[in-house]
Amino acid sequence: MFESLSDRFDGIFGRLRGKGRLSEGDVDEAMREIRLALLEADVNFQVVKDFVARVRERCLGSDVATSLTPGQQVVKIVDEELTGILGGETLAITFAPRPPTVVLMAGLQGSGKTTNSAKLASWFKSQGRHPLLIGADLQRPAAVEQLRTLGDRIDVPVFSDPSDPVSAARAGLEEAKATGRDVVICDTAGRLSIDEELMDEIRQISDTLEPHYTFLVIDAMTGQDAVNTAEAFHETLELDGVILTKLDGDARGGAALSVKEVVGRPIAFASTGEGLDAFEQFHPDRMADRILGMGDVLTLIEKAEEVFEEEQAEEAARKMLEGTFTFDDFLEQMAAVRKMGNLSSIVGMLPGVPKELKNADIDEGEMGRIEAIVRSMTTDERNHPEIIDGSRRARIAKGSGTSASQVAALCKQFGEMQKMMKGLMGPTFAKKKAKKNRKKAKKGGRVTASKKQRALQQKNAATQLPQLDEALIQQLEDQDLPFRLPGR
Amino acid sequence: MDPLILILIIVGALVLASLPFVHRAWSRRGGVPGEIAPDRERPSIVDTRPPDLGDAPTVEAPPEVEPEPEVVEEAPSFFARLGKARSTVAGYFGSVLSRGVDDDTWDELEEALIRADVGVAATTELLDTLRDRAKQDGIKESADLIAALGDEMKNILDADRTLDSTDEGQTVWLFVGVNGVGKTTTIGKVGKRLTDEGKQVLMAAGDTFRAAAAEQLGTWAERCNAELVRGAEGADPSSVIFDGVQAGWSRGVDVVLADTAGRLHTKSNLMEELRKVRRVAEREPGVVAETLLVIDATTGQNGLVQARQFTEAVDVTGVVLTKLDGSAKGGIVFAIERDLGIPVKLVGLGEGAADLVDFDAGDFVDALLG
Repeated sequence: MFESLSDRFDGIFGRLRGKGRLSEGDVDEAMREIRLALLEADVNFQVVKDFVARVRERCLGSDVATSLTPGQQVVKIVDEELTGILGGETLAITFAPRPPTVVLMAGLQGSGKTTNSAKLASWFKSQGRHPLLIGADLQRPAAVEQLRTLGDRIDVPVFSDPSDPVSAARAGLEEAKATGRDVVICDTAGRLSIDEELMDEIRQISDTLEPHYTFLVIDAMTGQDAVNTAEAFHETLELDGVILTKLDGDARGGAALSVKEVVGRPIAFASTGEGLDAFEQFHPDRMADRILGMGDVLTLIEKAEEVFEEEQAEEAARKMLEGTFTFDDFLEQMAAVRKMGNLSSIVGMLPGVPKELKNADIDEGEMGRIEAIVRSMTTDERNHPEIIDGSRRARIAKGSGTSASQVAALCKQFGEMQKMMKGLMGPTFAKKKAKKNRKKAKKGGRVTASKKQRALQQKNAATQLPQLDEALIQQLEDQDLPFRLPGR
Repeated sequence: MDPLILILIIVGALVLASLPFVHRAWSRRGGVPGEIAPDRERPSIVDTRPPDLGDAPTVEAPPEVEPEPEVVEEAPSFFARLGKARSTVAGYFGSVLSRGVDDDTWDELEEALIRADVGVAATTELLDTLRDRAKQDGIKESADLIAALGDEMKNILDADRTLDSTDEGQTVWLFVGVNGVGKTTTIGKVGKRLTDEGKQVLMAAGDTFRAAAAEQLGTWAERCNAELVRGAEGADPSSVIFDGVQAGWSRGVDVVLADTAGRLHTKSNLMEELRKVRRVAEREPGVVAETLLVIDATTGQNGLVQARQFTEAVDVTGVVLTKLDGSAKGGIVFAIERDLGIPVKLVGLGEGAADLVDFDAGDFVDALLG
């Protein structure tokens, strides 16, 4: 989603990095390009203006002028300002001491309120809560049926009352209290912010429900108007946060950058796909890193944690490093990766991935084909792929419905991956690590490279991708990790 | 085998990357949240035809009773309907008008156009042309300048906007677009317009993905006495559209309005599905006379990408700009018409059945400039 914006920043920073000194002209040129990149990403005009002014001022300040690596200083300033704009901290959801915790959903037509009400309910469920959905969208034909269908899918009860939205909300709240549901999510009809009558109606719904959280649902593809909409809804309803939808498209999501800045309310959740589980809490700092092409390692790790079995993963990694990783192990790990979500979104979170790879159209069916090929192998073949000869290849191809050349390609790539992994324990990796440690020691800082840094190195080495810029690594390292690393 | 290499790399990288972290607090998390929603897998075609009708697809005849009272509205003029939104648009140009032409004027014009979602490229080009013209004609007054800008903008929007139909076979209008732009609602309104003109209309509920989409279209079909062909939820959309075209032809309707599920233009499998829908709709006797891309007026610069991708897939012949009655200006249509030559044909100005009007470039620009 933010990828194309990060591409643009990549180019701008690339030119700055090469320079030993930055003149005012260099800075102005970079600022012009940043302005253009942000405007094309639909960031609000005023927000861009203020942002560029702030960054420019800081860039022309003494820090950058005297720095040996002015280009990196600029990246750092932009990163800090971006994180600031996106809203710093993740919105923490707290629950009402006297349940139910009430959530009101509002937004324009077609922003995805109904779907995201269900997604939010599903999220609360995964947090161990018992939500109830109220269908108060009586305007759009079949909106309540849609909510009911979605409710059935996630096994959450749906309440509605065809009389009018306000009484539906009131009765829904009573229903929740009577049936002991501890979270209530009220879906409402889409409305334009300039429609006074409907804005008045939602104010009444809000007065009735006295929600603990009021979320505005905004389409990531929205243009300059996102800010007007958010302002108008904020005036009427006193928003607590924003749910950003359709982030799985290629919209640059400038609306996300603008809304926090103008309304002062953070993006709480982001919807990243059509499946009801494609919904996550929004982490502004991680998003800023992602925009600047630094990857989103934290989210990646969290996702990996959810799906990888601890012992299995350790075993697999050990085997990989020893070079005894078999096709069976590979299959297991691939199944886990598949659970993490679609490949393109995972690639987006990896730091230092070249943009050709990031933008590559990954055919998810390919994974199925790989699985079919491996499943058509005998145990012997899986453990010792080198025994696969012409006739075995033909048999495997037949069994998996692929061609012999596809089977051969997989075996070749697998062999190369094994070699690459083994190489990690070889000289390259050791040298890099030593160099890093020496540098650290000289600085008088921590003696060994942090685990996080090492993980990054491993990943980069493993994928043979360009090393991360030193400054970026330093920055990542300086970030306060929200967890303790094992053995430290 | 590019994807193959990529998959291998990712799996390998992830396994290694996860190693230092796998120790972390498994106990903290209860476990893997289960799969909640079924993936977007298309089940096999569900045969919805009742056995006694043989080959005939399910055609739901329009019921006698209208469940909801329909507010009868007069078809509004484009300009009048934009009135509500106009004041907010005009505001941007207001400060320009209050002064003579100076350096700030150009910055303010740029800001006004960008805020209307016209986009940086189109804005720059418009203002460059305008600068030349201002110099040439010696424009001194800001009112004249804005009038000249209006002329330039109207020049961009000069395409033919008639909606095509055919005598050679069954006319089909296919509606496509991303999620939530108002495809189903637009079909309802187009249906209403056509039936009011005395035409016979059949609606084919090709959105078999979104929960209750067919019910939504069904409600519209009832409102405007159109026929409806629908399949089961999750059915192959092409089969529903095919049935729709066949049913339309055998019943002699004038236009088949084909709905499709909203899809992001980045999902290649779904765009492939859409290509198939169009191919199937083109089968004898079907003739896809219009492929209308529905775009939400609030859409920003991504609208151009959408238009490009959808055109590539299904050869879009026109744009329907919806929700223009809000505070959004829909300036993205300039970029779409300038870069891709796809004309805006219809505009949605409200929720009522009569709130769909022909696009009028002159009125649109005038409204935009206040």
